[in-house]
Amino acid sequence: MTHDIAIKTEDLMFFYATGDDTPPREILKDVDLEIRSGEFVAVIGHNGSGKSTVAKHMNALLLPKGGSVRVFGLDTADEDATLDIRRQVGMVFQNPDNQIVSNVVEEDVAFAPENLGVPPEEIRRRVDKALETVGMEEYKEHTPHLLSGGQKQRVAIAGVLAMNPKCIVFDEPTAMLDPVGRSEVLRIIDALRKKYGTTVVLITHHMEEAVAADRIIVMSDGRVVMEGPPRAIFTRVEELRALGLAVPDTTYLLWELNKSGFSLPLDALTTEECAETIYRSLQ
Amino acid sequence: MAKPILKIEALTHVYSQGTPFEKTALDGVDLSIDRGEIISIVGHTGSGKSTLIQHFNGLIKPTAGAVYFDGEDINASKESVKKARSKVGLVFQYPEYQLFEETVYKDIAFGPGNMGLDKDDIDVRVREAARFVGIPAEKLDVSPFDLSGGEKRRVAIAGVVAMLPDVLVLDEPLAGLDPGGCEDILNNIRGYHEETGAAIVMVTHSMEIAATTDRIVVIDHGRIALDGTPGDIFSRGDELRAMGLETPAVTKVVDRLRAMGLDLPAGIYTVRQAREAICALRDGRKGGEDRA
Repeated sequence: MTHDIAIKTEDLMFFYATGDDTPPREILKDVDLEIRSGEFVAVIGHNGSGKSTVAKHMNALLLPKGGSVRVFGLDTADEDATLDIRRQVGMVFQNPDNQIVSNVVEEDVAFAPENLGVPPEEIRRRVDKALETVGMEEYKEHTPHLLSGGQKQRVAIAGVLAMNPKCIVFDEPTAMLDPVGRSEVLRIIDALRKKYGTTVVLITHHMEEAVAADRIIVMSDGRVVMEGPPRAIFTRVEELRALGLAVPDTTYLLWELNKSGFSLPLDALTTEECAETIYRSLQ
Repeated sequence: MAKPILKIEALTHVYSQGTPFEKTALDGVDLSIDRGEIISIVGHTGSGKSTLIQHFNGLIKPTAGAVYFDGEDINASKESVKKARSKVGLVFQYPEYQLFEETVYKDIAFGPGNMGLDKDDIDVRVREAARFVGIPAEKLDVSPFDLSGGEKRRVAIAGVVAMLPDVLVLDEPLAGLDPGGCEDILNNIRGYHEETGAAIVMVTHSMEIAATTDRIVVIDHGRIALDGTPGDIFSRGDELRAMGLETPAVTKVVDRLRAMGLDLPAGIYTVRQAREAICALRDGRKGGEDRA
């Protein structure tokens, strides 16, 4: 059975227990999301907006306190489905050092499929393919702790790929990386959905990283406050800034020029498009 | 001319010298930082920038060359190293992972406590440091682990600020923070600089952050490759890219417009500069047409 909807949350509500008599603070309120199979969705929000908490509901790391979450049709509240859900939805976190378990790169990548009881020849095949996808095949016999942050993160992604997930949730995967590592990881994310049709959810507070997404979901104070394609979201400069989010400097420049009498469309996503827009208006 | 607060002379550092893993991390670095300067040190991963700042207060010793704080070789004696440790404050990457005390107050008090100050002095410093980083007094008695990520970062910075360093060095102080959190911390750091006149050194990968400082030092392969104002540095985009670095997005847009034949100045790196230059170009053209 195939599902057109990868992840669907309905009235999702969540809070952490306080441990004393103080009333809990709701981290998520009435979150309704629908992520289609094969879609690339970026979830943006400032610190404390609830974006990582939503992400952790997507493979049953957290369970709803109200409402429901369905992953490829499976209810995350159903304990019997947990293993299946985690097999279908992989997670990549911020800190690569916390995700590496082995002393050899290829053993690290093999860790998850080994735990899933995948036959050895199949593991070999998956590990090789995963390392190739992230461009780390020549490092397969290296030790992970001597790799750069970006390389470690690529190994962590390979470890998730080796489970053959249908969906991967990236929770701020570039926050600790340098610009080179960051662009490597973003390139892999883009390749995953184009080559393999993997559903991708990218949690980030860098607007620049969201430009390649099909759709952006903006969260604030535990709620979804905006939703739409990047070109439509980025033009809402004032609303985004009110939410404590910075628009990319390229959009901000166009917006500032408009205040000085230009009338430029704000939907340029790249530096090239931005330059092109300005150039045309000056001709 | 006033003598620099920190002076690095012909500094070379070799890790694991004499073993097969020998690696020269710094190779003859000369750098001088004046009182009250705000500078950034940029370079890609492995360029040597972290090794460099660990020499600033004697955490590691030079293989060759010397580090002078206020004219004194910091590695000359135990006393001089100790002095450098309190006068040159280092805030490492993700400093919030180093919080360990039961309360925010105790954590901030740890550094000044080690300096042998009496209780009243420490109290003044803790409260001042908390104020600098925008931690309200009522949060001083809570556990640092009950704070948000951004607050923890600020408490960790306060722990170094409480030693009232003359040079405050921060390694990637904004990594992992959202734009609002970044702005708060940048303002806190600037506030400390303005009130105390301390020199600020920020180590960063982000050209957008480097653009907020007065001077940028670019490290590549253990050497200083470029040293100048943001305008100087960002007008050398090709050299930066060859070193695995980027220019700010605004610089890229303006450089592209220049390549398309528009008469705009090089080295533009803020939205404001770009807006002004583009408006000036438009208004100049309009003026030209009117006359014609």
